[in-house]
Amino acid sequence: MPDWSGYLTLILHGALVTAQLTVMGCALALVAAFVAGLARLAPVAPVRWLATVYIEFFRGTSIFVQLFWVYFVLPFAGITLSPLLAGVLALGLNVGAYGAEVVRGAILSVPKDQYEATIALNLTRFARMRHVILPQALPLMLPTFGNNAIELLKATAVVSLISLSDMTFQAQVVRAQTGSTLFPFLTILILYFAMAMLITYGIRLLERRMTRGLDGVR
Amino acid sequence: MTDPIIRIQKLDKSFGTLQVLDGLSFEVKPGEKLALIGPSGSGKTTILRMLMTLETISGGRIEVCGEPLYHMTKGGREVPADEAHLHHMRRHIGMVFQHFNLFPHKSVLDNITLAPILTKGEPKAKAEAHAMELLDMVGLAEKAKAMPSQLSGGQKQRVAIARALALKPRIMLFDEVTSALDPELVEEVLLVMKRLAAETDMTMLLVTHEMGFAHEFADRVLFFDKGRIVEEGPPDRIFTNPTHERTQTFLRKIIAAGHRV
Repeated sequence: MPDWSGYLTLILHGALVTAQLTVMGCALALVAAFVAGLARLAPVAPVRWLATVYIEFFRGTSIFVQLFWVYFVLPFAGITLSPLLAGVLALGLNVGAYGAEVVRGAILSVPKDQYEATIALNLTRFARMRHVILPQALPLMLPTFGNNAIELLKATAVVSLISLSDMTFQAQVVRAQTGSTLFPFLTILILYFAMAMLITYGIRLLERRMTRGLDGVR
Repeated sequence: MTDPIIRIQKLDKSFGTLQVLDGLSFEVKPGEKLALIGPSGSGKTTILRMLMTLETISGGRIEVCGEPLYHMTKGGREVPADEAHLHHMRRHIGMVFQHFNLFPHKSVLDNITLAPILTKGEPKAKAEAHAMELLDMVGLAEKAKAMPSQLSGGQKQRVAIARALALKPRIMLFDEVTSALDPELVEEVLLVMKRLAAETDMTMLLVTHEMGFAHEFADRVLFFDKGRIVEEGPPDRIFTNPTHERTQTFLRKIIAAGHRV
């Protein structure tokens, strides 16, 4: 009879790595999404091109390949990253590329007359974005951001490729050692689901807060 | 004679192949109340939007308060205006829109104080005190804490007028401000504008289909058709004794549609 509690601890350690990757990856993705999404709308053409190249590259190649490059190829250019950092970088930049299009789309879907009102009130470009456009665009972004965050959570499983012991990696270790598939994979199924529910719930809370007072407008 | 506050010279505007304005020239004196009337698509709204820098010009020149709006001098030469110049010029001008364009995520008070605080750097307390005076003037002081979605169309438009006034522009543009309102809400907005016209020396340009109001409100009426001024003059003459055939036809149609003149 295997020591299930010991194996469970092992998987929970993996869950911690998964959670860490998800939180840090989402933070980077959020920053990348806003930087690239706003850059796509910049008045300066080269800035727009740069953002487009980033977005198309990271959407057009697989996360698996990107991770491999970040961890195994970048050292040849003199950049050596820890596995965790490499994982966060690849996941964050990958999901950030999808997020950038969400940011851009949401900003563009704020009605044009709102934008015109900010010009008539002589707000600066920054003030327009910060006080009028983004507050109305954010609630539109949130549902898709929730999707992206859950996608990122599930994509963390690829990091075992670069020797990070995340939840899926640990589950495979347990399976190899005990011969049981049901125990480790049922456990991580429940854990992934619980984490995804946590994200869903968090986004829903945020959505409710941000749309307060906005009902019946659009 | 005083210098004009707005001088428009040989102004052209086209959207693609559609020519909206064709060599348009006119001037507006400080404090003048001007009504722009004419059939839809005659270019009246486009003029207001160009004065508010919401459209670019295709040719010609606009001067506001003695300075070119879309041109600036750089190294002794006149070049197209940049954003900084437009920002500098926009402080003279305010605009009220057909669809109010209030910020739905901000309270009535915040809608009004946003620009004075951000653009003019006014302290919050001062901006709010001024906003309350303006709300009082448009008869909505008790709605300061309300959200725009809780207001009627007429109330929204009165807030929008207060918001535009908060920056104390010298020129106010009213773009069909009652067209989106239910008929019974039109009067409350017109009343506010009448008071404004009587109590301030602001220059006002009004695009409207309310001929009765234009008659009462304006010092001078410009009748537009196909991007040109067909006829202009004091409202008494334009509305009772138009000389141009196109003006007569237009006014007859408007009256037939049930509008007062």
